[in-house]
Amino acid sequence: MSGGLLEHFSHIVAVLLMVAGLHVVMARGNLIKKLVGLSIFQTSVYLLYIAPGKLIGGTAPILAPEYALYSNPLPHVLILTAIVVGVATLALGLALAVRIREAYGTIEEDEITAADNAVQDAEGAKP
Amino acid sequence: MSLAAHLPALQVVLPLLSAPLAVLLRHGGLAFAIVTAGAWSAFAAAIALWLQVGETGAISYHIGNWPPPWGIEYRVDRLASFILLLVAGTAAVVLPYSRASIAREIPRELHYLYYAMFGLCLAGLLGIVVTGDAFNIFVFLEISSLSTYVMIALGRDRRALAASYRYLIMGTIGATFFVIGIGFLYLMTGTLNLVDLAERMRSVESSRPVLAALAFITVGVSLKLALFPLHQWLPNAYTYAPSAVTAFLAATATKVSVYVLIRFWYSVFGETLIFHRLPLPQILLLLSLAAMFAASFTAIFQDNLKRLFAYSSVGQIGYITLGMSFDSVSGLTAAVVHLFNHGITKAAIFLLIGGLVVGLAKPDAHRDAPAGSRDAVPPAPTFDRLAGLAQRMPLTCFGIVVAGLSLIGVPGTAGFVGKWYLILAAMEKGQFWIVGAILLSSLLAVAYVWRFVEVAYFRSPPAGCARCEPPPGLLIPAWLLVGATVWFGLDTSVTLGTALDVARQLVKVGA
Repeated sequence: MSGGLLEHFSHIVAVLLMVAGLHVVMARGNLIKKLVGLSIFQTSVYLLYIAPGKLIGGTAPILAPEYALYSNPLPHVLILTAIVVGVATLALGLALAVRIREAYGTIEEDEITAADNAVQDAEGAKP
Repeated sequence: MSLAAHLPALQVVLPLLSAPLAVLLRHGGLAFAIVTAGAWSAFAAAIALWLQVGETGAISYHIGNWPPPWGIEYRVDRLASFILLLVAGTAAVVLPYSRASIAREIPRELHYLYYAMFGLCLAGLLGIVVTGDAFNIFVFLEISSLSTYVMIALGRDRRALAASYRYLIMGTIGATFFVIGIGFLYLMTGTLNLVDLAERMRSVESSRPVLAALAFITVGVSLKLALFPLHQWLPNAYTYAPSAVTAFLAATATKVSVYVLIRFWYSVFGETLIFHRLPLPQILLLLSLAAMFAASFTAIFQDNLKRLFAYSSVGQIGYITLGMSFDSVSGLTAAVVHLFNHGITKAAIFLLIGGLVVGLAKPDAHRDAPAGSRDAVPPAPTFDRLAGLAQRMPLTCFGIVVAGLSLIGVPGTAGFVGKWYLILAAMEKGQFWIVGAILLSSLLAVAYVWRFVEVAYFRSPPAGCARCEPPPGLLIPAWLLVGATVWFGLDTSVTLGTALDVARQLVKVGA
């Protein structure tokens, strides 16, 4: 049993991070905390890609007679792209949070929804 | 010749290049010129590709001359070339409209950034369609999504910010689900090339990681295409985004996601797995029906015209996915043709609503400008402001009515073609209750379009209102699309012909 756990260690960590991240995104009302959750969620995917590409004792793919065991470099390259995407998303999300704070004076989701509903009611009630 | 051979790459590269150039120029007019040039050349490339694919079949383009499956392959087949036409065509019409439209909605010093984002979004959407590499789809998806979030946040109303944030969260979850699915597929097959993936899939298709990949990809893409219970981001995003952005997104963003789903279901996972071993068609059928009824029903009770048509979009996407769920030639034909026709119809409507908002904002046009209170915000197109509008903006209102007829699916408009094929597909399967459901949900569309007609045509306008038709810069592009809505309803050889070809190529197992 413990051997099975260790064998899949990286997958278990990835799934834990994934679920924790998603939970934070959904359960928290604070816009910054949501972004933290989103980042954790995205990070779990990096692990999901990178871990299977690594062979213990494997090197970078160098064409030379003394190296026989290579790790697959492609997942690293893919995840480098995904990291860039993740950083851009986080930056944009934070920028939006700043603008929302300027416009609403709060970054709590329920307060923003309440403010929006108030405006909507006022619009609807106007003759 | 040499240039023609590079069309699949130019298709993406030209709009992609226009975006940073627009930022470097830092001038609204120049940025407009260069991004419009990029979009028009992309449209020209799309037409050329569509003709070429019609003659020679699918085109495979090897980026950097690396042969697939090692290099990234751009692959344009009938379906891809058809979607390219829709996306590039809409951009080519919406950009000239933007010039007059955003002048009233976005501060002048931000104009060049708007055009840059538009260029990026266009490049991303076109990239999703042409690429034949699974991870590449994710990258282009994020390029288009990130620029979309920015464009939505450019809306004047502060609710645009909240809508953009919500879309960012939902969209990123969707894209991350998608990339998790791609990761599983890569683990199982060792390839990212879609054609290669489809071949290697056969030996592992029942394994658990592949099924998990299917689930992740389907849910992730469904979030992006606003399939019924996952559509929560859409109404606010469409309502508060600048008019030109709403029109462009409504016609392209969700449609391109539908394309990705069709690509993965039919070309990669294969019909046997999707339609015969798993209960996916039943689930999709139920969700589509829920969208057709619940979203259209919600639309009827909206006060804001933009939000009304945003909910209508969710309902219309239901028709498209309903067509996919049949696994038959006529079903997929209906999906593809409705995807195209609904795209241009909705773009026309949102462009006209943008014009309507501009008309309403004219100083002599609206009666109760509350002194000093956020006068920078253009008036929302709520029904109480629209009374008797047809007398003040006859062209705009008539355009909305014509496009509205297409939403209902009246014969002679584009919307009819897709619904006709949906009904054919349902009858082929012997499921006559679905025919009833399609007709009934069309009645809901009658109800929400009628609400506009009633207010605009049969209520008397407030006293002292002059005619306030929006400027021709807004009307002409919008009417071009209204014209296309009627044209593609009468002459279906291009749309229906292509859709039938596509369906015959993709549907191999179903009838």
